[in-house]
Amino acid sequence: MTNAQENNNMIRSCLLCGVGGQGTVLASRIIAAAAMNRGLSARTAETIGMAQRGGSVVSHVRIGHSIASPTIPKGRADVLLGFEPGETAACLDYLKPGGTVIVCKREITPVTAALGLSGYRGESCLEYMLAHTEKCYIIDGDSICEACGSPKVLNVAAAGALCACGEMDLDPEDFREALRQRLKPALLDMNLLAFSLGMEAVQTQE
Amino acid sequence: MKELLMGNEAIALGALAAGVQVVSGYPGTPSSEVLETIAKRNPGHVHVEWSVNEKAGAEVAAGAAYTGARAMVTMKQMGLNVASDPVMCVNYIGVKGGLVVYVADDPGPISSQTEQDTRHFGKYARIPVFDCDSPAQAFQAVQDAFSFSEKHETPVILRSTTRVCHACEDVEIPDSFPGKASAAFEKDPKWVIFPGLSYQNKKKIVRREGEFSAEFSEYAGNTLEGNGPAGIACGGISYAYVKEAIRGLEEHFTVLKVATPYPFPSQLARRFMKQCEKVLVFEELDPYIEDALIYEKGIADEGESFPPVLGKRSGTVPAAGELSAVTVSEIIEKETSVPASIIVPKPEGRPDLPVRPPVLCAGCPHRGSFYAVKQAVQKALKSAAKAGDSAPFTQAVFHGDIGCYTLGNAAPLNMVDTCLCMGAGITMAQGMNHADQTSLNFAFAGDSTFFASGITGAVNAVYNQADMILCILDNSTTAMTGHQPHPGMGVTMMGKRVEPVDIMKVLEGIGVPWIRECDPLDLEGTVSTVTEAIHESGVRAIIFRSPCIALFKPKELCVADLEKCVGCGRCIREIGCPAISPVSPEPGNDGGAPSRRKVRIDPALCTGCGLCAQICPAECIRKEAR
Repeated sequence: MTNAQENNNMIRSCLLCGVGGQGTVLASRIIAAAAMNRGLSARTAETIGMAQRGGSVVSHVRIGHSIASPTIPKGRADVLLGFEPGETAACLDYLKPGGTVIVCKREITPVTAALGLSGYRGESCLEYMLAHTEKCYIIDGDSICEACGSPKVLNVAAAGALCACGEMDLDPEDFREALRQRLKPALLDMNLLAFSLGMEAVQTQE
Repeated sequence: MKELLMGNEAIALGALAAGVQVVSGYPGTPSSEVLETIAKRNPGHVHVEWSVNEKAGAEVAAGAAYTGARAMVTMKQMGLNVASDPVMCVNYIGVKGGLVVYVADDPGPISSQTEQDTRHFGKYARIPVFDCDSPAQAFQAVQDAFSFSEKHETPVILRSTTRVCHACEDVEIPDSFPGKASAAFEKDPKWVIFPGLSYQNKKKIVRREGEFSAEFSEYAGNTLEGNGPAGIACGGISYAYVKEAIRGLEEHFTVLKVATPYPFPSQLARRFMKQCEKVLVFEELDPYIEDALIYEKGIADEGESFPPVLGKRSGTVPAAGELSAVTVSEIIEKETSVPASIIVPKPEGRPDLPVRPPVLCAGCPHRGSFYAVKQAVQKALKSAAKAGDSAPFTQAVFHGDIGCYTLGNAAPLNMVDTCLCMGAGITMAQGMNHADQTSLNFAFAGDSTFFASGITGAVNAVYNQADMILCILDNSTTAMTGHQPHPGMGVTMMGKRVEPVDIMKVLEGIGVPWIRECDPLDLEGTVSTVTEAIHESGVRAIIFRSPCIALFKPKELCVADLEKCVGCGRCIREIGCPAISPVSPEPGNDGGAPSRRKVRIDPALCTGCGLCAQICPAECIRKEAR
């Protein structure tokens, strides 16, 4: 193992990919807070501004010690945490060889595709990722949101799935503490449920 | 206490730690969160305001600094253009309390019109510049900038870039901030700018350049790391990319980080160059550090020798756009004997990926405004052709503005023909009208941009007798940058309720002869108002009034009845709402062209604006309560 590889093993990186409005920013903060609860250092970077208006968005989360860049270099993400199939497939060049993909299965049709200006099918992207990555968990985000009674909990469900896959080396309690720190009390129970259902969604596929 | 802070939040808390008393600014990505954080964490005695524009903000901050109070003004790089008049001048006068001009640059650009580099502005204005490379470093840099400003009685620019502004890091912050310090203005002729005084002060400004440069060569923020033969010079976020790219390979390199680009720390840079065989310069935007190093080489003393310097000038580093650790790693491999540390996978044979440019939100009232104007124009042109008249105009030209309305550019609305800078549409429409009378010119502006720089354009139109239609899309907020309050809203950043400035009354006061107001979600009424305007002449103004959907929880939603939907695709083709998409075809059936399929309205996105229901020929869309 080279020096460079050894040093990089001290850092865990997760790239969140989705569409503006899906809550990737809050999810990245919760992962970072969970890492800090564990005594680790955290860095995040995300797209804010014009691209948030229904455009493609990514959030970078890196945890560990002596992290240099807040953005994850291509080829160095341990996990792709996808909120939408096509947006996840578009970020595959960030995934390290042998890395893990977690992806919510519902497609969000872009206006360009609705207008027939571009071809895109979420299902083809899911099939591609299943065939071309070593570990790929497909999550039914809609049914989790339905069970929790709000479409807004997708991000916390995704965080649960990320925790369960084990790649970030974080404990569920670190996340639950982060949720308690960051969410309004009225929303807490619903989100704790979403987190558990997100975890289950991965555990049942192990 | 450790807290996960965004770069902009760290800068705000650093300013509070430095005892800032007055903070002004104008929103603009990626700078806005600094002022918002000051307001949120205000210990109580800090005056914080969204000024009407950056020029106003810079003058507010300068006035405060004249009293001895510490002051900061925040803006993005485009805003510095607006503020450049007071910023250039205040450097000739100087300050008593520390004055920090915070400017966020936007390499890429990601959310801006230009890729301008504020380090060069600082050099041009001869104002010292501090640069930021991470949230934790920025927290310290803003405090250093205040100390330097006050010690030398000069304004200081603190520069950051998007990936620092919007990156988060765990930062150690103090438990409390200093309280209010006393400040009182002392009258003195030195506060009045006159040519004679400017001549004297210009000499001082030039003289101090060398002194500051020497001071910066000793500044702890400027660093030399390692003693390898390959030299790397960098600054800002590029420093983070370099550290990432050379992780585990540090013994091959000597790294110079420049945290004070102007005045350039020459002595430190010379020391750095002398110990390297070759120098690679990694920086975003302009080749600023690169030019400074080449300059040092150019004025080398006899017998002094410096290595070759490679960067943007030599074509080694891309001239535009953001850098990344990958780019840095690849260039290092090409230019040195050190192999690339980052290998990028190349996924092959991926299916069609989504093409997803930013669009107006589902339910955005601007969609109704643009669509109504488009309809009214098409009707006017059609009815003129039918009546055999020669149409009063051959085409309509739509001038855009900076904000959400820029998104009216996207298909299928295609309602932005020109867009330049904030407020420009109003005045460009006039210039076009004076040169080309065959086109009818519409200028679109937002409520916040109208106050920021649209009012002067409206006065210009009335005074200089332009023929144009001014469309103000009033959604009662500064939406694109994150819903900051503005003068029309009746609330300030200090949380006070105030009398809102009424756009209608402003237009009346200016003397605009024809002004109407309409609800853009009422398609028929709005088309009729615009049609009326088309048949008038001179300056006409329409205020399209409907609040931004992000400010309210929607009470209704639209549902498409699949029994009644005829799959004509008109709703998708005409307004391009992101909530409307063709239903997925049954398995084994390709379903035909997406634009000819029945539609589904996403209940999570729909706000029940009802625009689609008003254009559906089959009347298949109905509103329901949530």
